Amino acid sequence: MIETVAALHAVQVDYAGRGRALGPFSLALERGEIVALVGPSGCGKSTALRLLADLEQPTCGEVERTAGRGETSVVFQAPTLMPWASALENVALPLRLAGQADAVLSAGQALARVGLIGAEQAKPAQLSGGMAMRASLARALVTEPRLLLLDEPFAALDEITRRALADDIHAIWASSRPAIVFVTHNVEEAVYMAGRVVVMTPGPGRLAFETRIEAPLPRPPQFRTSPLFREQVERVSAALQQAMAA
Amino acid sequence: MRAAHWLAPLVLVTLILAAWETSVRLLGVPAYLLPAPSAVAYAMVDNAPLLLASAGRTLGMALAALVVASVVANALALALGLSPLMESAVRPLAVVLQATPIVSIAPLINIWAGLDHPERAVIGLAALVAFFPIFSGAITGLKAVDPDLERLFKLYGAGRLATLRRLRLPSAVPFILEGHKVAAGLAVVGAVVAEFVSGSGGAQGLAFRLLEAANRLQTAKMFAALILLGLMGAAAHAAFQGLETWVLRRWRGR
Repeated sequence: MIETVAALHAVQVDYAGRGRALGPFSLALERGEIVALVGPSGCGKSTALRLLADLEQPTCGEVERTAGRGETSVVFQAPTLMPWASALENVALPLRLAGQADAVLSAGQALARVGLIGAEQAKPAQLSGGMAMRASLARALVTEPRLLLLDEPFAALDEITRRALADDIHAIWASSRPAIVFVTHNVEEAVYMAGRVVVMTPGPGRLAFETRIEAPLPRPPQFRTSPLFREQVERVSAALQQAMAA
Repeated sequence: MRAAHWLAPLVLVTLILAAWETSVRLLGVPAYLLPAPSAVAYAMVDNAPLLLASAGRTLGMALAALVVASVVANALALALGLSPLMESAVRPLAVVLQATPIVSIAPLINIWAGLDHPERAVIGLAALVAFFPIFSGAITGLKAVDPDLERLFKLYGAGRLATLRRLRLPSAVPFILEGHKVAAGLAVVGAVVAEFVSGSGGAQGLAFRLLEAANRLQTAKMFAALILLGLMGAAAHAAFQGLETWVLRRWRGR
């Protein structure tokens, strides 16, 4: 029996004045699964993510969520930290809003989990781009979410930092197994990160192609040079190209 | 290089004063039209106790006005920040009030507050002038929230009050500081205008010294009062600039 954490059933999102942004689109997330959503800019990937987070409602169709409040976390494209608060206070925020007493203790542990020991008192402006993104990730993890939504979290980072963070996210996933949705327009990143890659058409986004990456998670060393990785990257790229040409 | 940049304005002022002094002396300009800088300096020293006391009163009234404006403007902005409906109700009113030239309200305020207590009229009008930059700064700041941070607060189930306290108020800090900086300069302007309009010497500020000297054709004393006013405005601006830099450095950590 496969347990679903969240699902979109034929959802459509129409914005007044801009027309349809998404759909009809369906996606079911199994417990502990990592899914990458790949598609051209403006295809509604982020909209799909906001539907899953219950931050937006579909115009029609249905959103199914079993993760309750506080069990869903989002990491945005930018670190989205409060510039006036220390890294520790930023990470403690979700717990403070939930009225938890040991917010600072848990926040310190979450910072340690993403390798940010010693930066607790630093303000966001004093952190590098990669460190700020790690703090953002720590904030998402501090509530022990069952559903982790990542909206192009690496878009503003350099290649070395991206790769390190990708492996860190896998390590975190291995310890608490949240279901992860990872939005990106980078095909190699999608194939590396996810157990299942979903390709979307240009906006309004629909399902164009879907494939499973049959390789262990976290990825073995040198996975990027393996024939399986290259082959999957080519398949996904071809599907994306076809979707964009259509 | 740095020393040169410090010296440049001093050299310019010296040059202007020298040219002024020599041309007034050579052309024999009457002192009531344009006194020489040396005459202004004499007037400044001669009237120092009176001018400084008046400057102190003007500054005191402007600062009191700033405090009143700050309290009222921030409280109102906060109330409107909590209720979008209230904001829709107040906004057109605020726009009309702001578009009304404040100087034209001065006689009215003078009638209401100034007949027996001239300094109250001055403070009231200066506060009215100082109100809008603080109010619109606070209103703008309370809305200038990173939309993704707002989504995050929503995701974690933050209520309206928690969002105001933990997100919107801290986001507004730079805007509120900027508003106070502008308001500080305007409060001095408002105090001077109010004193002009009241026309009586009741408030005993620098503006009245200006009028008094003008009526007696003591032009050198007018210049002395003007210079004090200019220095006061510059000092107020510098103080608030320093405060803003200091607070912002703490706010964002660098």
